[in-house]
Amino acid sequence: MNTFDWITQLLYVAAAVCFVLGLHLMNSPASARRGNQVSTAGMALAIATTFALVIHAGTVSVTGWIVMLAGAGVGAGAGLYSARTVQMTAMPQLVSLFNAVGGGAAALVAIDDYVRLAGAAAGVPEATTITTVLDVLIGAVTFSGSIIAAGKLQGLINAAPVTFPGSRVVNIAAAAIAVGGGIFMLTTPSVPFLIIIILAALTFGVTMVMPIGGADMPVVISLLNAFTGTAVAMAGFVIGNWALIIAGALVGASGSILTKLMADAMNRSLSNIMIGGFGTGDNAPVAVGPGGDVRSVQADDAAIQLAYAQKVIIVPGYGLAAAQAQHQVAELAALLEERGIEVSYAIHPVAGRMPGHMNVLLAEANVPYPQLKEMEEINPEFPRADVALVIGANDVTNPAARRAGTAISGMPILDVDQAKSIIVIKRSMGHGYAGIDNELYFDPKTSMLFADAKSALTDLIASVKTLVG
Amino acid sequence: MTTELLTDITIFVLALLVGFEVISKVPATLHTPLMSAANSIHGIVLAGAMLIAVTANNALGYILAFVASAFAAMNVVGGYVVTGRMLKMFRRTRAPVAAPSAPAAVAGSADGHGSGGQA
Repeated sequence: MNTFDWITQLLYVAAAVCFVLGLHLMNSPASARRGNQVSTAGMALAIATTFALVIHAGTVSVTGWIVMLAGAGVGAGAGLYSARTVQMTAMPQLVSLFNAVGGGAAALVAIDDYVRLAGAAAGVPEATTITTVLDVLIGAVTFSGSIIAAGKLQGLINAAPVTFPGSRVVNIAAAAIAVGGGIFMLTTPSVPFLIIIILAALTFGVTMVMPIGGADMPVVISLLNAFTGTAVAMAGFVIGNWALIIAGALVGASGSILTKLMADAMNRSLSNIMIGGFGTGDNAPVAVGPGGDVRSVQADDAAIQLAYAQKVIIVPGYGLAAAQAQHQVAELAALLEERGIEVSYAIHPVAGRMPGHMNVLLAEANVPYPQLKEMEEINPEFPRADVALVIGANDVTNPAARRAGTAISGMPILDVDQAKSIIVIKRSMGHGYAGIDNELYFDPKTSMLFADAKSALTDLIASVKTLVG
Repeated sequence: MTTELLTDITIFVLALLVGFEVISKVPATLHTPLMSAANSIHGIVLAGAMLIAVTANNALGYILAFVASAFAAMNVVGGYVVTGRMLKMFRRTRAPVAAPSAPAAVAGSADGHGSGGQA
């Protein structure tokens, strides 16, 4: 190694340090912005170093420069535009899209390397083939899978689990061809085979995500994020760049942790989700709980309950975001707080379409983050709450999860039933995702406010204002 | 198998462990920005995409260089900008002026902000 190589390698290490520090600073909302800045600085350093490397190599043709800069310009413009204009409710789609392009770019890096080496006299070293195959497979699966996931989230593709006769067979065949082709390439370097495994991996990505229902998206996005990280790390192996390996490993770790958290919070195994079909609603009806009467309430009465409470816990679910009622709920909370009422939000890990999604939606509606409480933190507080206001959340509040023998047994839930009284805003008695009755609704302490979340909250705000005078 | 590959694997495994250690401390409140931040970090693949251009000398190489650069640049720029945008919204106290999309909140809660808004 000469001096130039030494310096560039050390700069890459410095960039990697910035990435780790940046992620470390995200352990609290107070320092998270600083974390993003540190990470950005690391990235700028890595890109500048790469620029120096490219210039130093001195072999780049004019056309090479033009395509590289034009490509980067187009991509940066598209990224900037989408990042500036995206609605917070559409964040999962955007993250999915960035997963797709990241995984796609990682695969392209390996493809280019392989094609070039295959054309050279020395051939492709075995170690390069292994990492190339892994990179191409993971990158291609991520690319097509993430695009399908984004399409489902955006509503461009049917969000319900989509299967067709023989889809399982196609899925398995694509996986078999991709893996088999990859193994064959270890002994016989071959560009046509590389193309075959790319096509098989792209097909597998599509058939993997299509049968997965919309409510499972938090898991799918996390998993695809882990895949992208791994693909980028593999690209680092292929081109011998440590910055890519470290960055890719960090993302792989992050995606894996989130995947596990989301699967646990849904009380489902990863394989169960990937096989799909849960959300089709045809799973056998499970023995219902106590049944009994449901108490309905009007907005005026609910407003009195809220206005004379000392402690209110709001339990938002995806239904709240679907009704675009985040701003109304924040307004109601602000109104209650002015009366000296302690308000906090109980956020279940899977409330939303990606990990932590509900927090972002409420933060956008101007809810201060100290009020956003995680499940473990808020559960002990429910017995002290005068009113728990449930909006658009269903299965995650069902006490049936504590008993054995129900579809959601063992699922971690918010202990809403332990509050002194409960108000549930809901359009009908319809079932949640798991397709079972919510025993909370039959609790004598519970009153149901049957209405659309947005109009119910608007009514509550008006009533509270009248009461307060 | 080469020592180079062994070194790469060592770095990969250690980075993975560091990742698990650091990321398991991120609170659930920040999981969306975390995923978005991780997203921008894997935009480092832009470095790989740029290096394609070093050896590109035919149509295929140029196409790959162009598409890979575009993909990776979109990833890195979009990722950092959107993460910053999200993190900006996380405030310790309610902002002095309510969001413009909820004009009713301005009228309804203007009094309360004078006393408790600036903590």
